[in-house]
Amino acid sequence: MASETKRELSYIDAVREATDQEMARDSSVILFGLDVDDPKAIQGTTRGLLEKFGPERVFGTPLSEDAMTGVAIGAALAGLRPIHVHIRMDFLMLAMNQLINIAAKSRYMYGGQVQVPIVVRSMIGKSWGQGAQHSQGLYSFFMHVPGLKVVAPTTPYDAKGCLVHAIRDNDPVMYVEHRILHFQRGPVPETSYTVKPGKARITANGSDVTLVGISYMQVECLRARRYLESVDIDAEVIDPIWLSPLDIDTIVESVRKTGRLCVVDNGWSACGASAEIVALVIERLQQIRPVVVRRLGFAPVTCPPTPILENLYYPNASTIASAVYDLVRGGDNGWMPKERLDLQEIQFRGPF
Amino acid sequence: MQARFYRALYRIRRIEEEIAAVYPTDKIKSPVHLSIGQEAVSVGVCEALRPDDVVFGSYRSHALYLAKGGNLRRMIAELYGKADGCAKGKGGSMHLIDIEARVMGASAVVGTTIPQAVGFAYALKLQRKDSVVASFFGDGAVDEGVFHESLNFAALKGLPIIFVCENNRYAIHTHQSKRQKLDNICDRARAHGLPAEQIPNNDVQRIYERISQSVGQLRAGSPGPFFFECLTYRLKEHVGPNDDFQLGYRTREEAEAWVKSDPIEQLRAHLDAAERRRIEMEVEDEIKDAFVFAEQSPWPEAAELYTDVYGE
Repeated sequence: MASETKRELSYIDAVREATDQEMARDSSVILFGLDVDDPKAIQGTTRGLLEKFGPERVFGTPLSEDAMTGVAIGAALAGLRPIHVHIRMDFLMLAMNQLINIAAKSRYMYGGQVQVPIVVRSMIGKSWGQGAQHSQGLYSFFMHVPGLKVVAPTTPYDAKGCLVHAIRDNDPVMYVEHRILHFQRGPVPETSYTVKPGKARITANGSDVTLVGISYMQVECLRARRYLESVDIDAEVIDPIWLSPLDIDTIVESVRKTGRLCVVDNGWSACGASAEIVALVIERLQQIRPVVVRRLGFAPVTCPPTPILENLYYPNASTIASAVYDLVRGGDNGWMPKERLDLQEIQFRGPF
Repeated sequence: MQARFYRALYRIRRIEEEIAAVYPTDKIKSPVHLSIGQEAVSVGVCEALRPDDVVFGSYRSHALYLAKGGNLRRMIAELYGKADGCAKGKGGSMHLIDIEARVMGASAVVGTTIPQAVGFAYALKLQRKDSVVASFFGDGAVDEGVFHESLNFAALKGLPIIFVCENNRYAIHTHQSKRQKLDNICDRARAHGLPAEQIPNNDVQRIYERISQSVGQLRAGSPGPFFFECLTYRLKEHVGPNDDFQLGYRTREEAEAWVKSDPIEQLRAHLDAAERRRIEMEVEDEIKDAFVFAEQSPWPEAAELYTDVYGE
């Protein structure tokens, strides 16, 4: 693996390769969703799969998110492993009945006699005027419901490893991609591997504060860490990767050391992933050591398309660094780092 | 064949009557949506299916489960909330399942199992199997968007599935005419490219014949799906063991017409008295046995609360 990890892939190609390898390995894996077989091939994540595996295993669907989710579940009950792709997470709202009332519940309400091994891929959009219904990070809805697993990989390495695991997992997995992360490049072994639930990753070590960044906010947290270095604050950054089941132990151990926790979510804070993580950490540490906490997420409003307002809507490296500065130093210091272009290492290509 | 139909219909009727009789004792720990009056549809369809064929149903699926060969003891134990229930007491009356009998599930949310039946049929086709799927739902389900989405996809892919609309005219207490401008359920199916046929009056024989024909075509490789609207009638209240004519949403006279044409009574008249008695005694013994089984079955262990949420 050491030599292979030198190979770099984009997140898109990592998703494509995971799907390709699993479909070749297991003939019960099928792939469908709006436009998976069209010329754009879901940003390239499904490119070439129709030609390789044929139209019975790879097909575009009618605009019927509700029924097609039920079709995925029914096919899974019959022994297949469907991957259902949605180019926007917002569209999953049309499929909630099937996801919550059937996919999540079948194993339990049928006394453990059936399983629903489906993967639901969905994408969160940002920028270029995505607006109200192309930008929502709604994974906390699914974290709320027993029976579903939720994963939001950040790196190309995790994108492949988590998808391979999700396809092999015998439970329904909500696989959440952020469109800006699609353009990330990073080392990805060619040989198949899995990144399993239950293990968060410490992406940068530090001793003053624990920064948990979910999905795309992981990237902004790593940038914020660099800003904080300049004011002698040493942040430990954690990527939960799997949100359900959540590896809270890794986060708790970090906060036990730092005493400070800031969770930056790619969604709203109210009843969200950040609220859950903070609550779990406090429950575990409240009689052991003092802890201060902060949550950052989307502004509690609808996402506006105009860039002037949209920039204010999202947390970014500077606003994260500013909030963490106050958390560490105490008080309202009004410190805000000057933007550094050398931290914009993300390859960002619009419009989309 | 008449004896077979009679046994199947009588058996379901008597099981449902026994559930209604026991219900006031509070031993049954589940809301029950009884099939009394609607048995003919499940029996007519399932008699035409093979054991390896698959069915999906609604919350009113006692008849479907039993007609398809679901285990009676485990069904009653499920209603009692006992460990030997068909879902270990975790499903209840509205979520009956019997994997061996290929009763693959039932949902409390109207219309919800229709696309799962379609997905199962997609898998059967992909796996080159010659089993077929029957999807059962009521006249309320055809108001749901998922009904149309599901029929369209099943027709688009020519799937081996038969849609069976059990039209009892009421969604809880609301008549079809208050929910639908036209009485045209078959036309809705035809609009999606399905051949569709209405079968009136709980006609178990006709249902059996038409389903047999359709299943034969599907097994011979003809593309599906097929659609049948079977007119039927629920004699008990929407949920629970009682009559509900006092509510005033329907009349006793309306029900009496269906009682008069009850296929159980009609078949009984055609059977040799000795054979009829033999069938009825066997059924009564089986029912007694099932209720004793449910009574004696243990409650689930406390640890069961946390099992079966995830596979691993």
